[in-house]
Amino acid sequence: MTVIGGLRRLWETDPRRDPTTLTYTLLAIGAVVVPLLAAATGGGYLVGQIADAGVFVLLAIGLNVVVGFAGLLDLGYAAFFAIGAYMYAELASPYLEAMGIHGGIHLPFWILLFVGMFVAAGFGALLGAPTLRLRGDYLAIVTLGFGEIVPRVVRNLGTLTNGVNGISAVDPPEVPAWISGPWSGDPFKIVTDLKVTDAVGYYLIMVVLVTVCVVLVNNLYRSRIGRAWMAVREDEVAAAAMGVNTVRIKLLAFAIGASLSGFGGAFYASKLAYVSPGNFSFLVSVTILVMVVLGGMGNIPGVIVGSLVIYYILYNFLPDLPGHLTDMANAFGFSGLLQQSGDWPGLAEEASRLKFLVFGSILVATMLLRPQGLMPSRVREQELQKGTHEDTTIEDVGAATGAE
Amino acid sequence: MNAAPETILGIDHVTKRFGGLVAVDDVSFDVPRGKVFALIGPNGAGKTTLFNGITGLFPPTSGRVLFEGTDIAGVRPHQVAAMGIARTFQNIRLFEYMTAFDNVRLGRHCRTHAALHQALFKTRGERAEEKAIEQRAMELLRFVGIERFAHTFARNLPYGSQRRLEIARALATDPRLLLLDEPAAGFTPQEKVELMALVRKIIGLGITVFLIEHDMRVVMNVSEHIVVLDHGEKIAEGSPAEVRADARVIEAYLGKSA
Repeated sequence: MTVIGGLRRLWETDPRRDPTTLTYTLLAIGAVVVPLLAAATGGGYLVGQIADAGVFVLLAIGLNVVVGFAGLLDLGYAAFFAIGAYMYAELASPYLEAMGIHGGIHLPFWILLFVGMFVAAGFGALLGAPTLRLRGDYLAIVTLGFGEIVPRVVRNLGTLTNGVNGISAVDPPEVPAWISGPWSGDPFKIVTDLKVTDAVGYYLIMVVLVTVCVVLVNNLYRSRIGRAWMAVREDEVAAAAMGVNTVRIKLLAFAIGASLSGFGGAFYASKLAYVSPGNFSFLVSVTILVMVVLGGMGNIPGVIVGSLVIYYILYNFLPDLPGHLTDMANAFGFSGLLQQSGDWPGLAEEASRLKFLVFGSILVATMLLRPQGLMPSRVREQELQKGTHEDTTIEDVGAATGAE
Repeated sequence: MNAAPETILGIDHVTKRFGGLVAVDDVSFDVPRGKVFALIGPNGAGKTTLFNGITGLFPPTSGRVLFEGTDIAGVRPHQVAAMGIARTFQNIRLFEYMTAFDNVRLGRHCRTHAALHQALFKTRGERAEEKAIEQRAMELLRFVGIERFAHTFARNLPYGSQRRLEIARALATDPRLLLLDEPAAGFTPQEKVELMALVRKIIGLGITVFLIEHDMRVVMNVSEHIVVLDHGEKIAEGSPAEVRADARVIEAYLGKSA
C-alpha cells in the first residue's frame, strides 16, 4: 500500500512540477523497452525506423539551438545535413575510384562523424559570417537560398558527386568490440571489429549519439553562452550594450546547429548506405522546423517529442493510412467505398492522394489547440500569455477612458 | 580649491549628424571621476544621442570620446562595455523573458571567460565561474533592493523594480563609468528619493555616475556638476547653483521673455 501511495504521490506532484525530468525518464525507458519488444516480436524494421527518427531528433536539437535559443530563423538547415552526409559518403565508400583513387577512400565511421561535424560547422560559419548582420526575414531568405544552392551544386558537380544518381555502397559503421547476444538471435559473445549492419546496432549507436548531444546542448543552454543566446534573441541592442559580442554569439549558434546537422548527416549516410541530392530538399528543412515549433521551441525534451511525433506521422501514419482505412471500411461494412467509380478513385487511393492534406490538417489543429507546442519552454508559454494579457489591458484602458 | 579632479570621460568636439539634421553640434566637456555628473536639456536636445555616441550604438560623425585617455569613438558597443562603461536605457530594455536573476547574470558575460568546450563539458573551472556569477548576481539584486523578484520574468516586475534591475544589470559588468538615461522617469516622489539614495550608494562603490534627467529636483539634489544641452549645443556648464542662475538655461526651459 505504501508503495502505491508513494507512486501516487509522485504522480500527483512531480510530473506537473517537473515535466522535463518526466519526459527524459519516459524517453529513456522507451529507448530501452522498444528494441526489446521489437526483438521479441521479430520487428527489426521498427527498430530501424526509430534509428532513422533518431537522425531527425539530432537535427531538431541542432535547429533548436539556432531557432529556439538564439532566435535566428534558418530555412536552409538541410544544406548542412547534406554536407555531412556527402562528406561521409565520399570518404567512406568505393566511390572515389571514379576520381582515380584505387578502391576509394575508407576512413572509419567514428572519425568521419566528427569530420562531418566540423566541416558542417565550418560551412555554417562561412555562411553566417557575412549574413548574420542581417536580421529576421533577411536572414531567413539568405538561408533559404543556401538550402537550395547546396543540393543543386551537389547535383551538378559531375563525377565528384555522381549528380542525381548519388553515391551508393557507403560503408557501414564499424565497432572495435561488439557484444552480440540473445537479442540479436546469436549466443552471447564478444565480437571484434564488427561491421554494424543490423537495425539494433544502428539503434544503439543512435541512442548513444542522441544522449550525448542532449547532455552537451543542455550544458550549453545553462552556461554563459546559453544566456547570451537568449539575450540576443530578446534584445540585441541591450545585449551588445551589456558586453555580448552579438555577431560572434550568433555565429556560434549557427555553427553549432550546423555541426549537429553534419553529425546527423554522417550517421544517416552510413545507415542508408546511399546518398542522393533528393534526400536534402527544402521539404527536409521545413520538416525539421515543424518538429522544433510543434514540439516546443527552446525546450529540448519538447523538441525530441515533437520530432518523434512528426516522424511517426510522416513516415508511419500517413503511408499506412490507406491500408488502415481499407481495413476499417471492410470491418464496418462500407466495402462499397473501396471500389473505383467515376471520379471516385476508391478509398485507399483517395487517402494516399490526400495524405498531405491530412498532414496539414494535423499541423493546423495542433497549432490551434496548443500554439505553444506540445511541451513549451517557460518562455514560450509566457509569450503567448502576453498576447491575451495585453488584449485585456487594452480593454481595461478603454473601459477606464469610457468611464471618465 | 584643489587641483582639478581627474577626468574619466572627455567629450571632445563631438558632432553627430543624421542626414541633414545636426543632433549634437560640436559639444565638449569633461566628466570628473568619482562624481555625479548630469546632462540636462529640453526634449530633443541630443542627450540620448550623445549617450549612444559614447556607448558605440551610433558612433559620432566627428570628434573624440576619450575614456580614461583612450579614444573610443567608433568602438563597438560590446567592446565599450568591456572597457568599463555600462548604461541603462531611457525606454527600459530588459530581456523581458529572462528572470531578473538571469538578466543580471547576463551582465557578467563580458567579465567571464568560460569557452565553448568548457561550457559543453561543464568543467570544474566553468562550474566555479558559474557559482561566482550566481553569487555576484544575487549580491547586486540585493544591492538595488529587488532580490525578492530574482526568479520573476523581467517583464512581470513592477515598473520601478524594472528600472532598478536595469541598474543592477549594468553594475554586473563592473563598470567604472555608469550612464543612466532618465533613471527617475515615471517615478513617484518617494521612488525618486530612493533612487537618489541608490545613486549615492553607487558613487560609494567608486563608480562615476553620468546621468540624463528631466526632474530638476533629482538633478539639483544629486549631481555635483551639470552640462546643459539645447538643440544639440552646449549652452551652459557648472555647479547646480550656477546652472540654475544661467540666463540661457532659463530661456531654453521657459522660453524667451518678450
